[in-house]
Amino acid sequence: MNKLERKLLAEFKYDLKPVDKGYNRRTLYINLDTYEIKSKPVTDMMIDKFVGGKGFDLYLMWHGVKDSTQWNDPENEICISFGPLCGNTNYPGSGKSIVTTISPLTGIPVDCNVGGHFGPYSKFSGWDAIEVQGKAAEEVIVHIDGDEGYVRIYTAPDQEINSHIIAERLIQEFADSEDKYQNVSVVSSGTAADHVNISCLNFSFWDKRRKVARLKQAGRGGTGRVFRDKKVKAMVVKYSGLAGDTNNAVDLDTLQQTGIKLHKEIEKGDSSQCHMREIGTAHLMEIMNDYDLLPIRNFKYGQMPEAIGLASWEFKKLFTQGMPDGCWFGCSLSCCKAVDDFVPRSGPYQGHKVCVDGPEYETAAGCGSNICIFDPKDVVELNFYCDTYGIDTISFGTSVAFVMECYEYGILNKERTGGLDFTWGNADAALELIHQMARGEGFGMIVGQGVRKMKALFVELYGADPKLMHDIGMEAKGLEYSQYLSKESLAQQGGYTLALKGPQHDEAWLIFMDMVNNLIPTFEDKAEALHYFPMFRTWFGLQGLCKLPWNDIEPDDNASTDEPAKVPEHVQNYVDIYKAITGKPMDKKLMISQSERVYNFQKVFCMRMGKGRRIDDIPPYRAVGPVTEEEYLSRIERYDGHLRDKVGIDPSGMNTAQKMQALREYRENQYQQLVDSVYKRKGWTPEGVPTLEHLSSIGMDLPEVLEVVKRYL
Amino acid sequence: MKKYLKTFPELCIACHTCESVCSNLYFKQEGKSCIVITENTDGIEINACNQCQACVKVCPTQALSVTPQGVVMVNKSLCIHCYMCVAACPTQSFFRHAENLPPFKCIACGACTKSCPTGAIKIVQDKE
Repeated sequence: MNKLERKLLAEFKYDLKPVDKGYNRRTLYINLDTYEIKSKPVTDMMIDKFVGGKGFDLYLMWHGVKDSTQWNDPENEICISFGPLCGNTNYPGSGKSIVTTISPLTGIPVDCNVGGHFGPYSKFSGWDAIEVQGKAAEEVIVHIDGDEGYVRIYTAPDQEINSHIIAERLIQEFADSEDKYQNVSVVSSGTAADHVNISCLNFSFWDKRRKVARLKQAGRGGTGRVFRDKKVKAMVVKYSGLAGDTNNAVDLDTLQQTGIKLHKEIEKGDSSQCHMREIGTAHLMEIMNDYDLLPIRNFKYGQMPEAIGLASWEFKKLFTQGMPDGCWFGCSLSCCKAVDDFVPRSGPYQGHKVCVDGPEYETAAGCGSNICIFDPKDVVELNFYCDTYGIDTISFGTSVAFVMECYEYGILNKERTGGLDFTWGNADAALELIHQMARGEGFGMIVGQGVRKMKALFVELYGADPKLMHDIGMEAKGLEYSQYLSKESLAQQGGYTLALKGPQHDEAWLIFMDMVNNLIPTFEDKAEALHYFPMFRTWFGLQGLCKLPWNDIEPDDNASTDEPAKVPEHVQNYVDIYKAITGKPMDKKLMISQSERVYNFQKVFCMRMGKGRRIDDIPPYRAVGPVTEEEYLSRIERYDGHLRDKVGIDPSGMNTAQKMQALREYRENQYQQLVDSVYKRKGWTPEGVPTLEHLSSIGMDLPEVLEVVKRYL
Repeated sequence: MKKYLKTFPELCIACHTCESVCSNLYFKQEGKSCIVITENTDGIEINACNQCQACVKVCPTQALSVTPQGVVMVNKSLCIHCYMCVAACPTQSFFRHAENLPPFKCIACGACTKSCPTGAIKIVQDKE
């Protein structure tokens, strides 16, 4: 390949120095308006109150944006941070980056936890976070050379920006030699991110065995759109000095021993527990279908016989087996499976042989069952094009499901979709829609705006019933729901809809605790779970860790512990490795305290940007109960039973519409009672505003935070 | 082809000379041997790599390679010290020591066999 002629636009030399107990104590600031590049100090206050990772991202972004900042204003930032535990090669799941920006879908901060090598290499290149602000006058790439201590901005004449191409080409261009490709990682998006809001970023890692750039996604909230709006084609990092002690841990022996303990647990247990090494998160497909939780027809149903076509064993046939598929070194859970030598049947790469990352569960459900596509190869092709074009598979799946339901009801027709037939299960139409998004044309430009904007448009243009649009449009705060049915789990309705960035399951996944095992029956129980688990899971984002090795593998005796849902032994592992790396005190309560400060800061940040109110925490009714008669009738025994047993109404003698109304009133009331309990447990007012006393008690009473809160009290 | 250290625990008298030879040869000190002798109530166990290669496939950096003789070797310049190999070893014969970042294992050099007074360890070559 001929080397591209790149013009150097800016260069910043910095001193290389070792990481100290997990921290560099400096962050990298890049302004694309002025091409200013500088180092900013990390203060003791930042570490004490914000820890790292998502905490640093939000702190930097808070001071970079204004109250009025929109996603495409130049002062909006993309922050990428890593956390003090990030990059250790010993404990599985330790290579995560956390990306934040003001989202084009929600207008508030979105945070994504993403794998790949970019985060650890950037950290070991000398930075605790990267803050990108401004918009470049021309297309650029940003290069961090962690071997020589340079940050450079170059022009980007690169023709191809689709991720599977540009990631590979930039690795080839910036690596010292072919045997050093593994030392380079790229952040990129794709052509669709130039046009649509439901976009993502791809973080690469070089797969030495497959000899391809693998791609992990910072999927939610439109990060790719902001990236491309800033005219960044890619960010590239090179770092060659990785070793087991690069984090300069204070107690390397404990870190190593704790890691080996979990490696052995995974070796022994994965093949009888989650099969992550064989199938990744797609192992959930038939389990969710069995429990009536797999989204089908825009979350209308949770189970369908046809869904067996997407069972994990079908994906296993496609995934290459026996590979160390960790997205960071030392992750023996190896869940990022890949389909090798896949040949797309559509689009610009038709006939090429490509490597496709996934599908993971969310993609298999979103681009599969939820839109009634039951051929795994169609799902793989949708997955491939979403990734390389820079589209979020979750938002894409939920958006297309909404479109297909509107098509079924006659709100949409071929005339309105530019000739596309959105009958349930039409993979050809879904693929063409993706290609339209990449080309910036046609109905793809409508769907790519996301469900919230489509709802308003369909009311305005086609006279759709606003109430129906609100009930079946599966979004909250502007973000599309991820792929679990929450109708029968009140706690999960809260887990989704109270999540700060929008309905993503990474704050709390309580369906089994609540619906299946009935472990949290009262409002207070549910509120406690909706306090603890979001705080506990926030901790992963502060440290640069992955959630999966916490509870997708469990110790043999976990079920006999006091609180199996918390996986106590693994929580202790996190306490141990935090202390081993940073040398700072830590216990199970301090973990929650660290998270609570940052969680409430993010909450106030949302309020500052005009959301974060109780009204923003209302789910569409599809997430709560049956919207349509056919939905009610499909589970009539369940719903009639609820009326009898929970509502105290005898359904005999009532027609379906009356029963639906009675159930709806009950469930919506239950949800509001849950919100009351959760807000109270979190130290917030009934309007969802953190109280001054609470902020003071958790140590998040910074003047700028109190100033925002006082506007709402 | 597989060259490996074959063990005959019934002949072992647990003098631990093999451990001393191995550790001093590779680390110039005691306590880091690639062969480990354990005395327990059931008798004596000899633990050394049988070159089964289970570790090779889990290494994320391809730091483990197999020689034409079938011996698994660690390339220290590629190893990033994740110890997935240590956990993946079905016979617990891949070792880690706190003072030594790269993991280590028997490479069937045969140095220990020369010091064994009872012939409890031998280098053999299987043709598979």
